Amino acid sequence: MKKFKYSEITPENIYKNRRKFIKNMGLAAGSMFIGQNLVTSASANTNKEELKLTDYRYVTTYNNYYEFGTGKSNPVERSQKFKTTPWDVVIDGEVENPIKISMDEILEMFPSEERIYKLRCVEGWSMVIPWLGFPLNKILKKALPTNKAKFVKFISVLDPEQMIGQRFPILDWPYKEGLRLDEAMHDLTILVTGLYGKKLPNQNGAPLRLMVPWKYGFKSSKAIVNIKLVDKMPTSSWMKASPNEYGFYSNVNPAVDHPRWSQATERVIGGGIISPRIPTTMFNGYGDEVANLYTGMDLKKYF
Amino acid sequence: MKSIFKPGVFTLCLIPFFIITYKIFLNKLGPEPVKEITHFTGEWTLIFICITLSMSPLKRFTNFTFWIKIRRMLGLFVFFYATLHLLTYVVIDYRLDWSQIIDDVVKKKFIFIGFAAWLLLIPLVLTSSQKMIIALKHNWKRLHKLIYIIAIFGSLHFIWLSKTIYFKPLIYLIIIIFLLILRINFKRIISKTR
Ligand code: HEM
Repeated sequence: MKKFKYSEITPENIYKNRRKFIKNMGLAAGSMFIGQNLVTSASANTNKEELKLTDYRYVTTYNNYYEFGTGKSNPVERSQKFKTTPWDVVIDGEVENPIKISMDEILEMFPSEERIYKLRCVEGWSMVIPWLGFPLNKILKKALPTNKAKFVKFISVLDPEQMIGQRFPILDWPYKEGLRLDEAMHDLTILVTGLYGKKLPNQNGAPLRLMVPWKYGFKSSKAIVNIKLVDKMPTSSWMKASPNEYGFYSNVNPAVDHPRWSQATERVIGGGIISPRIPTTMFNGYGDEVANLYTGMDLKKYF
Repeated sequence: MKSIFKPGVFTLCLIPFFIITYKIFLNKLGPEPVKEITHFTGEWTLIFICITLSMSPLKRFTNFTFWIKIRRMLGLFVFFYATLHLLTYVVIDYRLDWSQIIDDVVKKKFIFIGFAAWLLLIPLVLTSSQKMIIALKHNWKRLHKLIYIIAIFGSLHFIWLSKTIYFKPLIYLIIIIFLLILRINFKRIISKTR
């Protein structure tokens, strides 16, 4: 199977030849349904902006990463000296084979592929980013989850020396997030090691972060050090900070508003002052692949 | 000397407006330009509320009547920036999508209270002329106490829209409460000396 590099899919080409773009992406991702998904959201949404990759400059300077401060430009300004080597990741909890693995080993054992995903932030903006990563299920399978494992808890690094934001009780540090086991095992859920064909920048969560494209951005933890399989639903840092505003599921859903603002529309980053808001789509446009995870569930109740 | 004071203050008050216009035309607003304009105009509205509220305490402490003379103009600038802020939201952000806007005003408490603050500014603007001050007599003073409510609403609006930490909005709230307390004491002193 041919793998396309980012350099072969420039944003200009995307504009000129949308069909070729979609085909390439399907191949680039190594699985056809990624391509299908973009076709779905493309036809549901006539706005071409949505298919355009967000400038590298914005992807790497406009970040929510409260470990480095709450301002959008704080992460890029304050994370450049952050040390990501050596870095070990522990996978433990309800597993038969607990693993402690270094970042070098991860890069060697799990080759990264390009995945172009849309990132929808709970604040009402979105970006389209060419990530490099591999399915989380590949690494979870190595640890052999027991049948008690029902949820996966992600724990990010705790290092107030290097992360100035952690010196303030903004959130319950270290950053914690969680997924249901089936969500974690889903092929769309990836561990990210890079973007735009390059090593993952510190401000985007280096050396290892999660990306769950059908959920609001805060579900995709950065700088992960521990992946724990557990039997009970973990409480994330955001759930703890404001339980009636941030639920465990936090699936992108235009019909369920944040208690304080609407989620019906979003701004496309980099669109400029004249670009309009676009309608937000259910599951961020990935409904065809993930809606079946939630059949019969009241998504207003389990927000 | 006197004649240049007011035009000077007027020009100073327009500086934020010039800055944001410059940024818009030179495309210097960053990745989320519309939010940037909203935040800029919103914060300047609140700053002008604080400046306006400082004028009578300043007069009391310095004994210059100058402060009172520019107070009306400053108050009108509160309305000017609040209206730019509102227009950014209605015209640039939501493009006159009334159903969405009305939905927000009714359902989202931070929008509701911001909108209430803007509405309350209108009677103050309409009665800001010398004629109105004379016509309304005592009631003018009473009516213009609305600015205290507007100030509190404005800072609550800021607190409610913040995602997690309230550092900056709390500072504004503290400044506003401080400015209001200064007034309460002032009245007590007057009633005692009477
Ligand atoms: C006297 C009236 C008002 C004051 C003092 C005020 C003040 C503010 C302030 C200080 C901010 C935050 C700026 C920042 O984060 O740096 C803000 C944001 C905002 N205001 Fe207002 N505002 C007022 C009226 C309104 C009205 C009438 C509306 C709309 C109907 C409105 C809609 C918004 C919106 C949408 C935001 C941005 C929220 C976000 O971060 O997404 N405001 N305002």
